[in-house]
Amino acid sequence: MKKRRMFIKMILASLMRRRSRMVVALLSIAIGATILSGLISIYYDVPRQMGAEFRNYGANMIFTASGAEFTLDDVNEGRAVIDESKIVGVAPFRYENVRINEKPVVAAGTDPDGVKKTSPYWRITGNALEKNGQLLVGANIADTFRLKEGQMIDVSYTPEGMEQVDENGDRAVIEDNIKSFTVAGILDTGGKEEDYVYMTLADMAELSGTQGRIDAAELSISATADELSDYADKINSTVGSVHASLVKRVTASEATVLTKLQALVLLVTIVVLALTMICVATTMTAVVAERRKEIGLRKAIGASDSSIIKEFMGESMLLGLFGGLIGAVLGFVFAQEVSINVFSSPISFRPLLLPITVLVSIIVTGLSSLMPIRSATDVDPALVLKGE
Amino acid sequence: MSLLELKNVYKIYGELHALDDVNFKVEKGEWVSIMGPSGSGKSTMMNIIGCMDKPTKGEVLLDGVDIAKESKKNLTTIRRDKIGLIFQQFHLVNYLTAVENVMLAQYYHSIPDEKEALEALERVGLADRAKHLPSQLSGGEQQRVCVARALINYPEIILADEPTGNLDEANEEIVVDLFNKLHKDGTTLIVVTHDPEVAEVAQRKIVLRSGRIAKEVVNENFTGKIRFTD
Ligand SMILES: Nc1ncnc2c1ncn2[C@@H]1O[C@H](COP(=O)(O)OP(=O)(O)OP(=O)(O)O)[C@@H](O)[C@H]1O
Ligand SMILES: [Mg+2]
Repeated sequence: MKKRRMFIKMILASLMRRRSRMVVALLSIAIGATILSGLISIYYDVPRQMGAEFRNYGANMIFTASGAEFTLDDVNEGRAVIDESKIVGVAPFRYENVRINEKPVVAAGTDPDGVKKTSPYWRITGNALEKNGQLLVGANIADTFRLKEGQMIDVSYTPEGMEQVDENGDRAVIEDNIKSFTVAGILDTGGKEEDYVYMTLADMAELSGTQGRIDAAELSISATADELSDYADKINSTVGSVHASLVKRVTASEATVLTKLQALVLLVTIVVLALTMICVATTMTAVVAERRKEIGLRKAIGASDSSIIKEFMGESMLLGLFGGLIGAVLGFVFAQEVSINVFSSPISFRPLLLPITVLVSIIVTGLSSLMPIRSATDVDPALVLKGE
Repeated sequence: MSLLELKNVYKIYGELHALDDVNFKVEKGEWVSIMGPSGSGKSTMMNIIGCMDKPTKGEVLLDGVDIAKESKKNLTTIRRDKIGLIFQQFHLVNYLTAVENVMLAQYYHSIPDEKEALEALERVGLADRAKHLPSQLSGGEQQRVCVARALINYPEIILADEPTGNLDEANEEIVVDLFNKLHKDGTTLIVVTHDPEVAEVAQRKIVLRSGRIAKEVVNENFTGKIRFTD
């Protein structure tokens, strides 16, 4: 027991009283550990971050009716299958042919909040759809009708199946449903959305005179490609009225980018690890060379090879411990910086990473010190003590 | 049986015979000094006796064991258990305090005991310097720490290679007085020195020349005290 105390005292003294020397070694270990723990943080956080990033590119799952009819309740039933915390947004859509200035136009009824989440990439001049009575107009439609933000416009709808022929053979004049809207904004997407006008579901129900039915729902879910297809399978097999399908383009590219990015991070981690090991090995070689006299002296007064190895190993592992601790803290800061700069969102703290970084740091330092320390046992006490 | 006996010992480096058929005995409790010009093989002989080097040829019997035939590992053990070493360069571990340096020898030998280490420092008159680092000690004080370290494990032989080479007369006298104390306690002493005054104190003086024993003088009026002649 007393022997162990002397051992600890000795290696501590060696580190503390030879500070300037050990600072270099400590620095290289700390930098290695910093990058290591930082990259691991990023590695594990990238799927989440990338997922969030990709959610900006729109929905990755679509619900359609598996039969003829399909309502919001069915959508909610399908939605219940998915882990609520992973749902970024759900936007139901109901499409109807309407007329503006007697020209046919496709109108979509939707949920303003849902659509903001599923289509965050929409560029809107003016305001987004907020409430009933507002119309979000696709850019092409706006061009055709020379519509501007804030303008009032009438939208008319001809109820279907209401056409009646009276006993005289005359066609009854069917009254169109007409409703006035304020143009909230002009929608610019570069896609088919520019040919639509958007209104709330409630307005659509009022305009069409029928309620409940919807045509599709777009979902933005922050999950991996595998999880997504699992969800889709489960919904298709358990929720009879809903057919779920994936937006392949988005989920597939998300998966590829993710795999590539993680491979890159892994590669950099390995390179950094190797560099750290080389650095530590070089430093330890220098330390051993510098302390040849001391090693010779220790041997002369009776140290065996194994106690020399134990002492130097103890020192290098202690360095690994300190370096790992510093690295774990700095690594988190580093990962945080990267995350905020690249993904503009903070990283989640992983408590387990602290002991792992420290452990890896100790092991790496120990391993890379192995060769230099072995060479310490080659020191011949007679030669070292003879030299001035 | 003598404590130490060298029989036809050679140490050959290429053409050079650093030790050339050396024969000599040291009895238990004896105080022997070794002189000779630079390069005559004094340190070579001390390293062999101190179990840090092996002769090319010959027998070196320490307590009846031929250390010339022992493995490196056994030599470490023998050195640890039986030999105390003092060097000209006052080799101390520079980041350990005086008392820690003394305890280091205990650490490798058995278990460190601070009280005992402090007592050893007291014997060499350095009780008040125990917590100093070597860089905070004078050359003479550092050498006395080395003496304390050499005697801490009660070795059978203390080997000192030029222990006073870097010391002034006052410190030289302190170290010689310490040797005298050790001698009175029954420790065997072999002291290599260039200094005739230090050499004269010993009971017996051996002069090496080109790796051979050229002369052996027995001190008829041994007192254990140094006499300066100036
Ligand atoms: N490792 C070695 N390789 C080759 N020659 C050596 C080696 N060690 C010692 N020598 C030679 O052996 C001879 C004796 O050396 P040694 O160190 O024993 O001399 P010394 O009597 O202690 O001298 P000094 O008084 O200068 O310390 C010298 O000529 C030296 O050059
Ligand atoms: Mg010499």
